[in-house]
Amino acid sequence: MRTVSAEIVTAEVARLCQEANISLGADLTRALEKAWSSEDSPRGRDILEKLLLNITVAREENLPACQDTGTAVVFLEVGQEVCVDGDLESAVHEGVRRGYAEGFLRKSMVGHPLARANTGDNTPAVVHVRIVPGDAFRITVAPKGAGSENMSAVKMLRPADGAAGVKDFILEVVNTAGGNACPPLVVGVGIGGTMEKAALMAKEALLRPLAERSRDAAAAALEEDLLTAINGLGIGPLGLGGRITALAVHVLVYPCHIASLPVAVNLSCHCARHRSVDI
Amino acid sequence: MIRIDLPLADEIIETLRAGQQVLFHGRLLTARDAAHKRLVDAVTAGERLPVDLRGQVIYYVGPSPAPPGRAVGAAGPTTAGRMDPYTPALLAQGLKGTIGKGRRSPEVVAALLRYRAVYFVTYGGAGALLGKTIKAARVLAYADLGPEAVHEFVVEDFPAIVANDIYGGDVFRREG
Repeated sequence: MRTVSAEIVTAEVARLCQEANISLGADLTRALEKAWSSEDSPRGRDILEKLLLNITVAREENLPACQDTGTAVVFLEVGQEVCVDGDLESAVHEGVRRGYAEGFLRKSMVGHPLARANTGDNTPAVVHVRIVPGDAFRITVAPKGAGSENMSAVKMLRPADGAAGVKDFILEVVNTAGGNACPPLVVGVGIGGTMEKAALMAKEALLRPLAERSRDAAAAALEEDLLTAINGLGIGPLGLGGRITALAVHVLVYPCHIASLPVAVNLSCHCARHRSVDI
Repeated sequence: MIRIDLPLADEIIETLRAGQQVLFHGRLLTARDAAHKRLVDAVTAGERLPVDLRGQVIYYVGPSPAPPGRAVGAAGPTTAGRMDPYTPALLAQGLKGTIGKGRRSPEVVAALLRYRAVYFVTYGGAGALLGKTIKAARVLAYADLGPEAVHEFVVEDFPAIVANDIYGGDVFRREG
């Protein structure tokens, strides 16, 4: 048994909340540069230039890239041979509390979805824990803004709808989102499982590095097909027209019931944010 | 690139066309969901508004907290569509411009024509870049709403794009 201190979990979550919001990934910068070179619309190119400049300014001035510093979505991969010396979930919430205070990040959480009073410290986080073999311990913080989260959707298709139905639904979600989700988007898709499994896969799909394709051949083909179709919609950067509506489409699949075909689409804006650490 | 000194004069509004890039200088107001609800409730109740909206431009924003030495943190636009139910009532009070992201409802587009006002979009998600153009910030009304209070921002070279002009021009309209 390996012991991981809850205090270290708190400190690492606090650090990751700040880094994820302030310093966007190199894969994202590369994807935006590539988008710039294939965008025909002058306005679209101007917007992509500003988005790239924004990433530099955020890093240099130690500011969050986007003011919506999000719900702190935290993924924990906990080895079954690891013991945590405290309350793991409380340690994560405390890390969010510290990280959002220290980093001057916006506190966007309300304590009750209907009463809607702000909790004042961006807690609670949304925590997903997976038990894995061995003694690994990985924390991923993925701050998620509401602009793109609000345009995401789940639908239970009929098996007869097949790949064409899946594709139609995803295109409909992206089209409805238009400029609201701050394109160019990263489109996370979960196909299969049950309703909540599809939704979780769609979010997990957003964590994959942007240049990587799915290792499942059918999913990889669908990713390529969907990216072409989405970039044919004409929505363009910030919805003001152009070729580049999405930077990438990531599809995760899982077996499902003979009578089901669940599909979830989780949209991410161009500030696709996540940071991980192995403890 | 068109320089706009605030407040937004009718003569300037007449020159603006959808798709043009502008740079704002001067005083912007901020308001989002909660402040809009209060402003419109006040109008409905026949009360005097805590801010004079005539000639003003409202920026839909909820900035991140100001680090030491700054007026605000990151300050990009929020989705304008959430303010659609409230916007015509504020245009009727003399509001001349709004800044946000995403498209407006047909009702708001019609109200823009009726009241000769303009909707601008700015760079969604470019919060750090836009925050740098905000030189001063203070609360004008509804302080109890915290980050959702009505603020005054003093801006220099704040960039935006004309989305809906007073002639029916719409930057979001796609051919076909």
